[in-house]
Amino acid sequence: MTATTATIGCSSQSKYPSGDLAIWVFILAELLVFGIFFAVYAFARMNNVELFNEFQQHLDLNAALINTWALITSSYFVVRAVAAIKEGNSQLCVRWLLAAIAMGAVFLVVKSGEYAHHFGQGINLSTNSFYMFYLSLTFFHFMHVIMGMVILAAVAIKAHQGGYSASDNTGVHTGASYWHMVDLVWLILFPLVYVMR
Amino acid sequence: MQYQSQKVAIPYFVGAIVLFVAQILFGLIMGLQYVMGDFLFPEIPFNVARMVHTNALIVWLLMGFMGAAYYLVPEEAETELHSPFLAKLMFWVFFAAAGLTVAGYLLVPYSTLADITGNELLPTMGREFLEQPTITKIGIVVVALAFLYNLGMTILRGRKTAINLVLMIGLVGLAVLFLFSFYNPTNLVLDKFFWWWVVHLWVEGVWELILGSILAFVLIKVTGVDREIIEKWLYIIIAMAFISGIIGTGHHFFWIGTPEYWQWWGSIFSALEPIPFFMMTIFAFSMVKQRRRNHPNRVATLWALGASVMAFLGAGVWGFMHTLSPVNYYTHGSQLTAAHGHMAFYGAYVMIVLTIISYAMPLLRGRTAANSERQQTLEIWSFWLMTIAMTLITLFLTAAGILQVWLQRVLDSPLPFMAAQDQLTVFYWMREFAGVMFLIGLLLYIASFFVGDKEPEASVKTIA
Repeated sequence: MTATTATIGCSSQSKYPSGDLAIWVFILAELLVFGIFFAVYAFARMNNVELFNEFQQHLDLNAALINTWALITSSYFVVRAVAAIKEGNSQLCVRWLLAAIAMGAVFLVVKSGEYAHHFGQGINLSTNSFYMFYLSLTFFHFMHVIMGMVILAAVAIKAHQGGYSASDNTGVHTGASYWHMVDLVWLILFPLVYVMR
Repeated sequence: MQYQSQKVAIPYFVGAIVLFVAQILFGLIMGLQYVMGDFLFPEIPFNVARMVHTNALIVWLLMGFMGAAYYLVPEEAETELHSPFLAKLMFWVFFAAAGLTVAGYLLVPYSTLADITGNELLPTMGREFLEQPTITKIGIVVVALAFLYNLGMTILRGRKTAINLVLMIGLVGLAVLFLFSFYNPTNLVLDKFFWWWVVHLWVEGVWELILGSILAFVLIKVTGVDREIIEKWLYIIIAMAFISGIIGTGHHFFWIGTPEYWQWWGSIFSALEPIPFFMMTIFAFSMVKQRRRNHPNRVATLWALGASVMAFLGAGVWGFMHTLSPVNYYTHGSQLTAAHGHMAFYGAYVMIVLTIISYAMPLLRGRTAANSERQQTLEIWSFWLMTIAMTLITLFLTAAGILQVWLQRVLDSPLPFMAAQDQLTVFYWMREFAGVMFLIGLLLYIASFFVGDKEPEASVKTIA
């Protein structure tokens, strides 16, 4: 390894956590919000196990599975985007980011389909505790997917304009970190709300 | 001070302090009425004193925000204010409207005031904090529009910074949400629901943006830390304020007849509201720690740090205390609410207005950086007197609140309201004494503008 690559390694790879510190403060705060929501869900379910188990069966497990796949795949694409920019390939980075955003869009479409189904049946926040939590939690996450897509889009635009390079790409790491958080939350939300009984 | 037009901030700051004094005097009157029910009756009944105390607070804070905006927007935008004349004119309109409104409260019965001001044409009066006659409310809207126009034109012409942007979003939000004070449905549930859109979404929503941007501005000035770092903090703080604060409005919807999910939504999201305030504390202290220079105006730095701590305690900790619906079921509308209200308003909003006044006034009065050593010493005394007094007020009211909840709502055979109040007398007396201490602090604060103002400026050396 030459001296030059060693220096680059220092600045872009060994920095931990990667991305801007501010986004990590934000991510931790967001995880705290979801963490509290999950804990409250568990608490409410504990007091009403039968109701939760009964209405959980009305959820569309296949749709949720497709969405899980969509988000995991999108996270993979984001990883590829980070790898691309580390090699200084801005345009490849943009393409991977767009692919990730597209998977986010898949998530939104499928989730909207689920909502349409529920609302069509006249279900709302006041139907029962289970639906209250299901709708609140998933909608709150839904908004985060949109937020994540906006962040990725902003990163993609800057990358397209050549705003990042192999040595200066904190912004890409920052966007990627946030997107992984959105994915991570879903990976807890999915088993918790759809599967576990 | 870099731009002549920043001087329009002076009348706003002076007007704010005048109303601040009025607020405290009426607070003391009302505090005494808690223990001597007929004090100044019938000249100033309790409900009138309360109305003046709360309305004066809101109006002087608004004036302080406007002064702050007129000071910092031109400096941030690096250009003169669009129209200094309009700003001065609006000050007098606002001040006259505030004066007339207070006079109306004091001189005629409230219902007569409603009749005189034509309330029946567009009924908006009679609701807590929004007691102002409809014409005063319209006046506020006019002043706000002129104010936003003036600032907007200034920013459009000049440099766009994150601080100006956040401040403008906060101020526009403030004006837009105030419009809900004109919506007065006959359905009481809807009435209360949207009433909180003004009251809560101001203090736990858009005002936090104003707070954040003023804090960020002063911190840039006194610490010399890179704007980029400060702006980043500002963004995450306001993002958290919105994530928690908007749905957090639900903690007011527990018992007014809204659907049950508000119990959950309100509890969960409002429980997170301390986070942005905690971030603000970390932000202020870490910026001061990383400072690139020692600013001779050390009292402005003290106010900034104090605001971040007291806002976290008052708004964050004291708010959290009774924000979960199972707790609030017992504590709702008790003296605990009053304790929270006092420290939160003082910590978050009073102190931030005093921070910007403390930073800007010396410059506006022709100093190059700071007041004299003597002035600053006085102001530091006033800082501690007011802050300790407010802490005592909060603690005494908290004690009163806990006892009140116990006697009135928890006991097997609960006492009626007034009987429970009788048991709290000792705490109310202690609160009143703390209130006097606060007034002394306030008088020292005002004195700091005049005592020692001919002496030379404090320099960094004399501080270090």
